Amino acid sequence: MMPKFVPETATLLEGIPYPAMILDDTFRIVAMNRLMEAMTGYPLDRVIGIHGELVVRSNTGNSRGQNYSRVLQTEESLSVSGDIINCYRRKIPIQYTISPVKSESGVPGLLVIAEDTSARVDVSKSSMRDFASEELIGYSPKMQKVFDMIPLMAHTDASVLITGETGTGKDKIAEIIHRESDRARFPFIKINCGALPLDLLESELFGHVKGAFTGASRNKPGMFKLADRGTLFLTEIGDMPLPLQVKLLSVLDDRQFIPVGGEKSISVDVRIIAATHRPLREQVRRNAFREDLFYRLNVLHVHLPPLREREGDIRYLLDHFLEKYTQALGKTIVGFTPGVMQSLLDYPYPGNIREMSNIVEYAANICKRKKISKEHLPPYIFEKQESEILNEEPEPDAPRVEASVTNIEEKRNGETGESWGAIERQMVVDALKEHGGNRSKAADDLGWGRMKLWRKMKKYKLL
Amino acid sequence: MRKLLIPIQGDFVAPRFDLATEIFMARFENGEVVGEPKTIIMERPSDEGLCQMIVEEHITDVVCGGIEELHYNFLVWKKVKVLDGIIGGWQMALEKALSGRLQQGEILQQNSDEPLSL
Repeated sequence: MMPKFVPETATLLEGIPYPAMILDDTFRIVAMNRLMEAMTGYPLDRVIGIHGELVVRSNTGNSRGQNYSRVLQTEESLSVSGDIINCYRRKIPIQYTISPVKSESGVPGLLVIAEDTSARVDVSKSSMRDFASEELIGYSPKMQKVFDMIPLMAHTDASVLITGETGTGKDKIAEIIHRESDRARFPFIKINCGALPLDLLESELFGHVKGAFTGASRNKPGMFKLADRGTLFLTEIGDMPLPLQVKLLSVLDDRQFIPVGGEKSISVDVRIIAATHRPLREQVRRNAFREDLFYRLNVLHVHLPPLREREGDIRYLLDHFLEKYTQALGKTIVGFTPGVMQSLLDYPYPGNIREMSNIVEYAANICKRKKISKEHLPPYIFEKQESEILNEEPEPDAPRVEASVTNIEEKRNGETGESWGAIERQMVVDALKEHGGNRSKAADDLGWGRMKLWRKMKKYKLL
Repeated sequence: MRKLLIPIQGDFVAPRFDLATEIFMARFENGEVVGEPKTIIMERPSDEGLCQMIVEEHITDVVCGGIEELHYNFLVWKKVKVLDGIIGGWQMALEKALSGRLQQGEILQQNSDEPLSL
């Protein structure tokens, strides 16, 4: 028989990436890792055998070890936020997590983790939120309203419903709400409710037990279980099948569920953020979405404005994406020509930020000059604008207008559907054709070295 | 004559200056307590309030647990001698402070075999 592996406490504690210590059943310090020594300012050999709270000195209502007692009695972990004052007289904000542990002989003790949350607190302290580092850029009043709501939404466990057209940044906002919340240390799990068929989605969300259906060869925990103590982000909630909406509602109400094929209910503590690009109220009216679930999710509602309503933001975003892609490509493009800038400012961006990012990426790849001009933009932008000019004339037959827009959309999708690889391959072919197969001249024209051209030709099987 | 203040919590020096509600105060001279020491219970913990009390009561010496830099500097500026970071029973801290043997950041074990607990 293989000898049982029992890790050494000190080594185990060193593996925890936060200040951590182990207390015995009278809350005396048994062991602490180097991070805890550094945070409190006390080396282990000086404080071994001392009550943990005398050394940590938190303000979490644990001055007489009340939290320690509670965890020892209930055998359930406890996580509270607060601060400590260390021996260097520094007040450090922490997330104080106390978990029950047992020695090999069954004697109970506690694992105490004090995560330094200074970075998180510093960010939330600033009154003017700057989410630019999160690639969330916006100076328009509508976006500022959204930014102002983020801290409020982060400091509650209420469900959040994020609505907005495709490409407006719903996922990003959900992630930021989670990251700013007390649940940040726990998982953020995203699931697309519109991408999976009913049975699969149910099994993904709630898990299944072994043998629940053909192919269920093992127990699967499901997203709800995986997101325990964290946040579950249900994107495209408007596309969730009706039968599953009932089950979701019951989980939200009872905070417990039964996995597919299981008998025992599982309790979870999960915060729900849902998002959709569909008009949910309208769907409720059409009986495509349960009204009770709608109200359950719509506790806090944030609507992300489409790009065309974010006056002033387009210019900032264009600059941001241009800088991002020129840096990534190692180019020295400095901006847009005035005509192009005007075209880009006038363009309605039905695909919002995602579309803008793609347009700028395309232009940055194509452009070989210092400034992006008209020929570097995807042609569909101008087609759309031209068609809009044509459509400005009174159109008696409304369905025809719709049809023409649909055609343009289809065409646009067709064009954008072309991968960058195909575009680049075509660029190589065109350059080679133009210079009669002369690689040096073609490479020169493309702004590449001969080696790069050779690599690209090999990549696209042009050799 | 000097005047000593110790924020306490039960038998211990309060782990934090800003969270203490029990305050021990005593006059002392030549290592001996003069007169009757008194214990004040504050209505609520307040670091600002405690600093104000120290100034108003003309305290010359403070023995405490964890204290923020800001308040430590304020008290030092007010010519108060502060021995902070003390862990242990307040009676022993008092004895050592009176005899001038208490050091900053000292951990006071009642006896070497008896570990501290709250």
